[in-house]
Amino acid sequence: MILSAALPWLTGVLAVALLLACYRLLRGPGLADRILALDTLYINSCALLVLLGIYFDTELYFEAALVIGMLGFAGTVVLSKFVLRGDIVE
Amino acid sequence: MMSHLSGLPMWLDILLTTLLAIGVAFAVIGSWGLAKLSDFFKRLHGPTKATTLGVGCVLIASALYFSLRLGKPSLHEFLITLFLFLTAPVSAHLLIKAAMKLDPALRPRPPANSPQPGESRDPHEQSSEGRGVATDLSGTDR
Repeated sequence: MILSAALPWLTGVLAVALLLACYRLLRGPGLADRILALDTLYINSCALLVLLGIYFDTELYFEAALVIGMLGFAGTVVLSKFVLRGDIVE
Repeated sequence: MMSHLSGLPMWLDILLTTLLAIGVAFAVIGSWGLAKLSDFFKRLHGPTKATTLGVGCVLIASALYFSLRLGKPSLHEFLITLFLFLTAPVSAHLLIKAAMKLDPALRPRPPANSPQPGESRDPHEQSSEGRGVATDLSGTDR
């Protein structure tokens, strides 16, 4: 009963976290700040998807969170490597 | 849609709500630090809290909920936590190197008696790349 009343609020607060990371994505003076903001957006999306999995009572959203976590890490590594070397696969 | 959440025992209800609230609070604290701090290297510290404690608490709550709902222990949520713990240092390291490459003014000053760029640090070192090309003091990437 407490959980079913609190879950929409928790989802909203996590959406505020996503918006703060978007602010840094748009504002960040420089590319490194934007890569960091993207990485944070990926991680917060993982948390949001797991929260939604509890909300909708299905284990499917956890799989999506795992995929987003992996692809987020891959995206961060690829972007940083491109900034460092100019090339992803040398 | 929410009928599955009404049949929970009270202790589980309160425990799950507390864990989820703590996790979401850490995610907001991490993003708040990311949005508010003034320097890139200070901003790096915020998302680390969101990655470990934020996602970790939400995943513990999810593991508890689904274990008690399905009757058998469901531990595959901890795969995400394990993956994030393993990859967070790697991505932080690469981000720092990228930031120092993009803005050389951010690098700390070398100590007073270090060799200048152009001299070799090791008298026996065989250099295979031209020294005049890369004035990169951040060390080799190999």
